[in-house]
Parts: sequence; C-alpha cells; structure tokens
Amino acid sequence: MDTHSDARPVLEGPDIARVLTRIAHEIVERAKGADDVVLLGIPTRGVFLAQRLAAKLEQVTERKVPVGSLDITMYRDDLRMHPPRALARTEIPGDGIDGRLVVLVDDVLFSGRTIRAALDALNDIGRPRAVQLAVLVDRGHRELPIRADYVGKNLPTSLRETVKVLLAEEDGRDTVLLGAKQPAP
Amino acid sequence: MQRHLISAADLTRDDAVLILDTAEEMARVADRPIKKLPTLRGRTVVNLFFEDSTRTRISFEAAEKRLSADVINFTAKGSSVSKGESLKDTAQTLEAMGVDAVVIRHGASGAPYRLATSGWIDAHVINAGDGTHQHPTQALLDAFTMRRRLVGRDTGLGQDLSGRRITLVGDVLHSRVARSNVDLLHTLGAEVTLVAPPTLLPVGVEAWPCEVSYDLDRTLPKSDAVMMLRVQRERMKAAFFPTEREYSRRYGLDGERMRRMPDHAIVMHPGPMVRGMEITAEVADSERCTVVEQVTNGVSIRMAVLYLLLGGNEPALTQAARTTEEK
Repeated sequence: MDTHSDARPVLEGPDIARVLTRIAHEIVERAKGADDVVLLGIPTRGVFLAQRLAAKLEQVTERKVPVGSLDITMYRDDLRMHPPRALARTEIPGDGIDGRLVVLVDDVLFSGRTIRAALDALNDIGRPRAVQLAVLVDRGHRELPIRADYVGKNLPTSLRETVKVLLAEEDGRDTVLLGAKQPAP
Repeated sequence: MQRHLISAADLTRDDAVLILDTAEEMARVADRPIKKLPTLRGRTVVNLFFEDSTRTRISFEAAEKRLSADVINFTAKGSSVSKGESLKDTAQTLEAMGVDAVVIRHGASGAPYRLATSGWIDAHVINAGDGTHQHPTQALLDAFTMRRRLVGRDTGLGQDLSGRRITLVGDVLHSRVARSNVDLLHTLGAEVTLVAPPTLLPVGVEAWPCEVSYDLDRTLPKSDAVMMLRVQRERMKAAFFPTEREYSRRYGLDGERMRRMPDHAIVMHPGPMVRGMEITAEVADSERCTVVEQVTNGVSIRMAVLYLLLGGNEPALTQAARTTEEK
C-alpha cells in the first residue's frame, strides 16, 4: 500500500463502528422507529456501509431492515469526460421504494454530484416518501446544493488532499486516510 | 478493437467479458417500472438496414431507446438507395446530419468495414450483419445466453466459457452467425465443433479454431450447448443437399436426438427458425430451447455495446485492448 504511505488515518476501525452505531440511533430517532426505512448503498463502499448500518438498525429496532444498492454510473454528469466505467450492481429490495423512507449511504460526501446522480436514478425506480443521506465522511467543497442528514465525521480538507475510506469487506481493514493528492502520472 | 464493432474476431477476451458483465447489469433495467437510462441522451444513432431484418433491427432500436439515444431508422426500400445512391453518398449524407453511430446491416460482406475505414464518416460503426461474414452482436448474445445458463447469472460475472463444449449444426457456409460464434467462443475458451454436410462447410474451414464433424449423433452426448443454424435458402444458388427430408433426417434436431444430450445441455437457435427443417416443434417448444431468451438477451447485449462504445469520451473497449497488449 505505498500509495497511502504518506496518508494519515483520521478514523480507525473502532471509530467507524461507533460512528455507524450513532448514525443508526439517529435514523431511528428521526424516523420515529424506522419501520419504513430502506437503506440503499452507493457502490462500492457505500454498499458495505449500508449493510453494516442495516445490521445496527436491526439490533436497535429488532426488525429486519431492507438494504440494497444503487449504481449511479449511468446517471453521472461526467460520463462524457472519461471512458465508460464498468457498471456496478443495482439491487432494490423486494418491496421496492414506493412510499418508503430511503436513506442513501455513501462513504465520502465531496462535490455532491454522486448524490445528484443517485437522486436521478431513484426517480426511475420509484417514488419514496422521503430521501435522506448518510455519509461516513463529509469533506466539504460542495458544488451542488446538497447536504447530508447523518454525518459520521466532518473533515475539513483542502482540494490538494485526498480522503480514502478503506473497509474490511473490500480492502481488508477499516480506516479513513487523509493524504496529499498524488501528482497525475 | 477500435472505435467500431465490425467483427467478433476483433474482441479480446477481456473486451468480451466486459461486454457480457455490462449486459448483465443492463438486463436488470428491463425489470424496472421505467425501462430507461439517460446515458446516451443527445446522441444520434442511425439504423442503416440494406437487408431485411426484424429481430435485429427491433432489438437495436429497443436498446438505443432504453439508453435515451435519438434513433433514426433507415431501410434501403423506399430510400435513395432504390434510386441508385451508393453507400458512400448515403454515408456522407448521414455524416452531414451529425450522426454519432451507425448500426449497419448489409448484404455485402465487408460493407461495415468499408464504412468504418473509408474516412467517409466519423461515427462509430456497429456491424449488425454483413453478407456471410460477421454478426458480432449475435455472437455476443449467444455467449451471454450460454454463460447465464451454463455458468450462472451471478457466478458468471467476470468468467468466460473455458472448457464448455459448443456444437454448431447446419448451414455454416452461408452463416455469419456461425463465423462470429466460432471466433468469439474460441476467444472465450470454449471448444467448438461444427456439424454440417460437407457441401455446407466453407473452403478453408480447417483453418478455423474449431473441430469439424459430419456425425451429429456422436457429437450430441458431448455438448453443453447445441446451436441449430437456419438453412439459408435465400442465399443458396445451387443444390447443396439432395432433399430437405434427407437434410433434416441427418442434421435436424428432433426430440429423440435432444434426449441424447446431457441433462444440463441447452438448445439454441439464432432465429428465424424453420420448424420441421433444422428443428422440430417439440424441440423448439421445449424447456431447453433458449430462442426466446436469446431475443431478450439481445437487447441487453446491444445496450452494453452501445454504452461501451458511445457512453464516454472514448470507447472503453479500446482501453481494454490496450491493457491486454501491455501485459
């Protein structure tokens, strides 16, 4: 992992677990019981966070919480600026999202463009009662009028820095790294 | 692989697997209440059909519309072509209209290649069947159907068809589907056997990356998928076999022959089927026959190809080809 050599951890494994527990409680509190909550993670790491959050919610509410994934690749506004990306899985839980409270889950909130694309994608899938957003890290620098409802950690950054979330499911360990941007090769 | 899809032989293994994986995600759009993606908004695709086709043209049109492209349909009948316009002039007209991609079906082998390499147009060219040469999206949708049925929908992701035994039966000589399938299946690691009367095999078939047999009954028990090809009477200008009865007795698939195939094996047909000739109604209507599935899969595959060629600022497949070269 030499690309992360000069990066320093801002959240470690236990912090991430605590943060998710807190967000789960906040969701239950705001939704007054969370009986109609559907969690949709944005691939890749948002999906793992959504699954972890669902497990926490089940502990709190003692009910099964539907969890799925929402791939936003085809709704991106920068599609024409890169070669086409490989698609990820969109998996909507069986009962759909109509009339439910959808909580989008992502790892890092940055420009807000991903979330804009996710809102467009949701539009083609159904009509939720409300949509909320949970993120592990909010690093600022929004380019659209979008904000998160549940934030794991507010992390003031400069545009010369990178924020990288590593999760056990994908990367073998849990940590959030703040590093300097690598010059383009 | 350039910016065009002309031949299944141009695809690397990684290109082909990327197309199949992308199609697997595209297939899920069909299950949604709104079967539409905004991905190709503002891009214009022309379906340029010089030869009759129902399913391929409708399939491309459905794929283009699901990706929100603007679609222009052009058929040779009732166009300037019937007044004697050349392919070059037609192409230049389309170029002047600012077309982003041309899906072309032509009776002459090599017409899509000519269109793509002549410098007449800048648009991406997708071959939807040219003469007896190639039909790459058909080969891709066939491979997709095989991967889904033989490997599995989810377990198939990222996988090729290594070690699967595929048998193609019938009129190989006139079949662009057979050519494309042999090329692509070989790239994907499958073992292909052609079964046909000697008169319906092309010259030079020994150089193809496949086995050749004249005995269907001995090949069937060793097949994971059997693809029946239509006898293309419209392209036949000589007698290739004594009678239709003799052909279907030796090379047709009936219920009895089907029962000699392994239990998991599937029967495929690119359509249109001639029931009673290469396939009996019993086989065509059986559970193991994937004809209808192939049509559904065709839309997903064509969406994947259109997305990977047109969706970004440069085709994804070029990159895939480049990275394999670097290895």
